[in-house]
Amino acid sequence: MKGHSADKNNNSRTIKVDYLARVEGEGALFLKIRDNLLEEVKLKIFEPPRFFEGLLRGRQFTQAADITSRICGICPVAYQMSAIHAMENACGVQVEGTLRELRRLFYCGEWISSHALHIYMLHAPDFLGYDSAIAMAKDFPDIVERGLELKKIGNDIMKLMGGREIHPINARVGGFYKVPSSQELATLRQKLTHAHDLALKTVKWTATLKFPEFSQDYTFVALRPPDEYPMNEGRVTSNKGLDIDVSEFENHFEEQHIAHSNALHSVMQPGNRSYHVGPMARYALNYDRLPDDIKQAAQAAGLGPVCNNPFKSIIVRAIEVVYAVTEALRIIDDYSQPKQVAVNVKPRAATGFSTTEAPRGLLYHRYSIDNQGLIKDANIIPPTSQNQKMIEDDLSRFVQSCLKLPDNEIQYLSEQAIRNYDPCISCATHFLKLNIDRQ
Amino acid sequence: MNDKPKLAVWKFASCDGCQLSLLDCEDELLALANHINIANFPEASRAVLDGPYELSLVEGSITTQEDRERIQTVRRQSKYLITIGACATAGGIQALRNFTQVQDLMDIVYASPQYISTLETSSPISAHVNVDFELRGCPINKQQLLEVINALLNERKPNISPHSVCIECKKRGTACIMVSQGTPCMGPVTQAGCGAICPSYNRGCYACYGAMESPNTQSLASWMRGLGVAEADILQVFRSYNAEDPAFKRQAHRHNGEPNEGT
Repeated sequence: MKGHSADKNNNSRTIKVDYLARVEGEGALFLKIRDNLLEEVKLKIFEPPRFFEGLLRGRQFTQAADITSRICGICPVAYQMSAIHAMENACGVQVEGTLRELRRLFYCGEWISSHALHIYMLHAPDFLGYDSAIAMAKDFPDIVERGLELKKIGNDIMKLMGGREIHPINARVGGFYKVPSSQELATLRQKLTHAHDLALKTVKWTATLKFPEFSQDYTFVALRPPDEYPMNEGRVTSNKGLDIDVSEFENHFEEQHIAHSNALHSVMQPGNRSYHVGPMARYALNYDRLPDDIKQAAQAAGLGPVCNNPFKSIIVRAIEVVYAVTEALRIIDDYSQPKQVAVNVKPRAATGFSTTEAPRGLLYHRYSIDNQGLIKDANIIPPTSQNQKMIEDDLSRFVQSCLKLPDNEIQYLSEQAIRNYDPCISCATHFLKLNIDRQ
Repeated sequence: MNDKPKLAVWKFASCDGCQLSLLDCEDELLALANHINIANFPEASRAVLDGPYELSLVEGSITTQEDRERIQTVRRQSKYLITIGACATAGGIQALRNFTQVQDLMDIVYASPQYISTLETSSPISAHVNVDFELRGCPINKQQLLEVINALLNERKPNISPHSVCIECKKRGTACIMVSQGTPCMGPVTQAGCGAICPSYNRGCYACYGAMESPNTQSLASWMRGLGVAEADILQVFRSYNAEDPAFKRQAHRHNGEPNEGT
């Protein structure tokens, strides 16, 4: 990537990546190496701040879903779902039945589309040594076309359920503006049957990639609902014993503002610990919720019930695509068109909380509203702010293990290690430059 | 390979959604890459070719001093510069800061505001450099994006209609929801291009494409008043995703008891 440079004097080296590619948003990386020891790792987020939490004040509680979806064009459904659930939570409303199922279907669309984008367009080129999926398509046209086809079917769900793929318009507090007809879902069903086949092929193919040996004892944090794989709700849990209601989130996790980043770092208390959110965390904490045939597909791809190698997150993402397709098919098969498109939600002065599982991990929203439904206060913690410290920790350990390599190879592998997290810098504020300073 | 025109994609303050529209062209992307050289598109490729570029797509608004300088560099390297989306064209949702004190917003969001460097306003690209074409929308429509790329590379005017969303409702046969259901709708003053999605989902248009070429915002505001919409809410529909759009900005002022800027 442009901006890379290496200075060698005495025992020091400097490598810079000024603008990290194939991630969403603007970021940079700085590595400082002295006497063959990695001294400092900084993931810099320089995307300009947009102050959403401030801009939301004074707007109607019904507008938060549309406004916050503009935080991220890659996972707008996640923002809409977290905002809507938090507002319903504030107003004491729980949406159940078919409307709840339709929200899940909507989310499946985003998982399929976002994961397919990351697996094929952003992450796979690292494993196969290409600069982009477009370059990769010259040698592997069938693979790239498969990825695009799968992504498109995810988008088709979002288009039907949301009106459009990016910043959909159909979700609202209480439900939807319009629900699909059984006929519309039948058309979608045909595509999803095909997507199931594509998704299974994706799992098999990702398992054939070459993975660096690198396993960590992660603190995984993900939602765990009573009886399903997590999307819209559940308790916030970890593999190290955390099990809390979402309203307690800010008692356990804290956002900190550090000088090298326009994004807030989120850490786990006590002890300012890093933690890991996203597909690997969901998988580790909810493996028992996957249908047997998907567990078998995971096993055949070499995964156990927990995956601790972040480079293998590409396989876990593929497994989640199979799950999302399977779940979408189940919802369609059980569907009968509801009479009501939304339940009535009356504002009251209260604070509401929600976390949902964005494709790249936990997305927390908290709002306080008044009797008129005006937003008084908002707090949003996106997945990449939560993973940012984890990414730096991974890099510290991983880069230390490959210091003998030339700078350009360290840079390549570092970028790949960052992409393991499918970071969304627009969410976390903005994305990546690499700077290696060797001494 | 080398004689293909070079395309660059630039990001300023934005959500990435408009440039994602290019990757969302699942059926056309690889064909497109056969005709143009995607020379600088960091979201899709780590390979970056130096300019000059035949065509630059610019996403996002200008909110920092650094970006104010960077857009000048982009302009110098580009034969054609096209802005994509509401941020680049009208400042985006983040332009709501222009109606408040940015210091207050920093204090709300960041524990250490002294680490943040930002301008007082979020401004459209056209406030800084000459723009060859502005593609509207939050987000843009990907078919319109392909049309603009195609047109510019063939040295013709893009075929993008400046009429209102109402025409699109008529085209797709959606009964007017303002007339038939009494639902307030920004369609009459909003630029077409989305395909009139919201009314087809029984929802009023919320103007994410900005103002159409000759919007009668005064008339629409009084219709909304007639439907019982409060002044504060009328202000907010004009002051949202395209708040720096001159016609919308003017109308919003009228509902805030603020003096008309006369722009």
